[in-house]
Amino acid sequence: MKNKWLAAPYVVWMAIFVVAPLVLVVVFAFTGQDGSLTLNNFSNMGTYVPAFRNSFVLAFVATAICILIGYPLAYFLSRESLMVRKVAMMLIMLPMWMNFLLRTYAWMSILDDNGLINQFLSAIGFFNLWNSIFGTNLTFFHMINTQGAIVLGMVYNFLPFMVLPIFSVIDKIDPKVIEAAQDLGANSSMVFRKVIFPLSLPGVLSGVTMVFIPSVSTFALSRLLGGAKTLLLGDLIEMQFLGNAYNPHLGSAIALVMMMIVLVLMALMNRFGEGEEGVAVL
Amino acid sequence: MKKSLALLTVSALAFGLLAGCGGTTSGEAKDPGSADKGVVNVYNWGVYIDESVLDDFTAETGIEVVYDTFESNESMYGMLKNEGASYDVVIPSDYMISRMIEEDMLEPLNFDNIPNFEDIDPALKNPDYDPENLYSVPYMWGLLGIIYNTTMVEETPTSWATMFDEKYAGQILMFNNSRDAIGVALKYLGYSYNTTDQAQITEAVDLLIQQKPLVQSYVMDEIFEKMQGGSAAIGAYYYGDFLTMQEINPDLAFCLPEEGTNLYVDAMCIPKNAENKENAEAFINYMCSTAAGLKNCEEIWYSTPLLSVREELDEETANDPYAYPDESILANCESFQNLPADILAFYDSEWTRLMLAAS
Repeated sequence: MKNKWLAAPYVVWMAIFVVAPLVLVVVFAFTGQDGSLTLNNFSNMGTYVPAFRNSFVLAFVATAICILIGYPLAYFLSRESLMVRKVAMMLIMLPMWMNFLLRTYAWMSILDDNGLINQFLSAIGFFNLWNSIFGTNLTFFHMINTQGAIVLGMVYNFLPFMVLPIFSVIDKIDPKVIEAAQDLGANSSMVFRKVIFPLSLPGVLSGVTMVFIPSVSTFALSRLLGGAKTLLLGDLIEMQFLGNAYNPHLGSAIALVMMMIVLVLMALMNRFGEGEEGVAVL
Repeated sequence: MKKSLALLTVSALAFGLLAGCGGTTSGEAKDPGSADKGVVNVYNWGVYIDESVLDDFTAETGIEVVYDTFESNESMYGMLKNEGASYDVVIPSDYMISRMIEEDMLEPLNFDNIPNFEDIDPALKNPDYDPENLYSVPYMWGLLGIIYNTTMVEETPTSWATMFDEKYAGQILMFNNSRDAIGVALKYLGYSYNTTDQAQITEAVDLLIQQKPLVQSYVMDEIFEKMQGGSAAIGAYYYGDFLTMQEINPDLAFCLPEEGTNLYVDAMCIPKNAENKENAEAFINYMCSTAAGLKNCEEIWYSTPLLSVREELDEETANDPYAYPDESILANCESFQNLPADILAFYDSEWTRLMLAAS
């Protein structure tokens, strides 16, 4: 590599905006309000188990839904004509031109008890039909301020990060490999199971990483779509910096534990993924 | 593969953080001296000003205003403590001002530069939170109460008990900050807002945990949309904001709970080491002018501390018993005071306990 120096701006950027803050997080996590070294910030971590559980469970569900929606989408897109793919890519990217918070605010008025969905359903007489069939007395579906709404927010906001990496990997699979499999007598479902899916796994792994991690650490979503009734890790950490409890040291400690858990999960997944790739190569 | 995944992990983490940022406080303070007369960096509550007043101020003085908003005293405090940005004027509430005075976070004001201070209601001068009136100039004040939708609530509420009534499960909006939320429960139980008895605070939080399944959501300014749109029946908020909401949704009504309620004052202060102190004083002075005070008052409908503005208001507003309450109401009101450090820490851990509780 002769032109290593070309990477210099990026290395400097990373050092200042990624490495330095991480070092600060570690330093803060192991010091007290008075600046002395301490492990006190970690001693009460057990109290926050519900927040860890909420965050990891919801992020896991959101990631699974993203795979279920994103994989088929990416797969079928990769088989479309160039024009269709271009338009579809544009449509997938388009919402990301708008601010995350604005999009989430829009969901608030869509999901509200008096929101667009419920207004629409009631305007077409859906609730009358529903009530006459089931003998209920429904005037709206309750969607906002539930954990389901939080998961919806995660899926909506992070789905493109699942679709794009899977798409780019499937798109690059050499058609000759597929032809070879077909020549050797594999039917289309076997081609998918034995060739395409294993070769697309690296894309799924990147997708999972890109969806799971922002979902685990997200905040504001719980407030806007969950009515602040489900405390997520991001909210808990935010509370220590800008919220009701001002304790950056505790906030850093929680962030550190979260990062550790995420790193371990990613390492496990990575190992699993490499095993799969090995099989595919064989 | 491993390396690239690690990189992805890091960048995704960074993205997650960024995605969440840009909340209510996204501005960065500008350097002084970018205009001739420089700038003044103002940090105020959201939905708490007639923004045309800022342009009027710039037109009159040539000082450019950089305006940011916060949504709770606690988040404002965190921002200043973090040195996340430097502000020249902040507008916290009474108890937070006394905490900031205690922690040496405020600069004494030069009242020679704020001649309009004379117009402030004498009853609001030398308040408990700033006994010698060195650090603060009142901006607005008012009462807390219960806002309810008369089409959804059958009886006429008279007590904080309505906020805990199972009949209204899923229709109740509760404060999303510790002092106000725990305050509601403390008053309902008949305790003082300023109790330092941990058992009483624990009892209040236990009550709030029982109430949590009934709560639709914990809100601050989101309450406007929810009450105006009729998607919630009951919420505790400020009288001035109630008047704003009622303009849009005439079904709303207001109740001062019989157990007593909160009287608050939000006042303008200058944080320690503000870069544009003289501009800040000019700004504070302008906000106390009759023209600016009247515009603000007619926009946000909070009670004005300016005597000249009160005279200018129409009869109905000026004699509104909840906006300008008489002695009999005031006797039943209590202001928040700053709490000792150990009780503040206890509030934090109790609030976390409530937020972590199952709904």
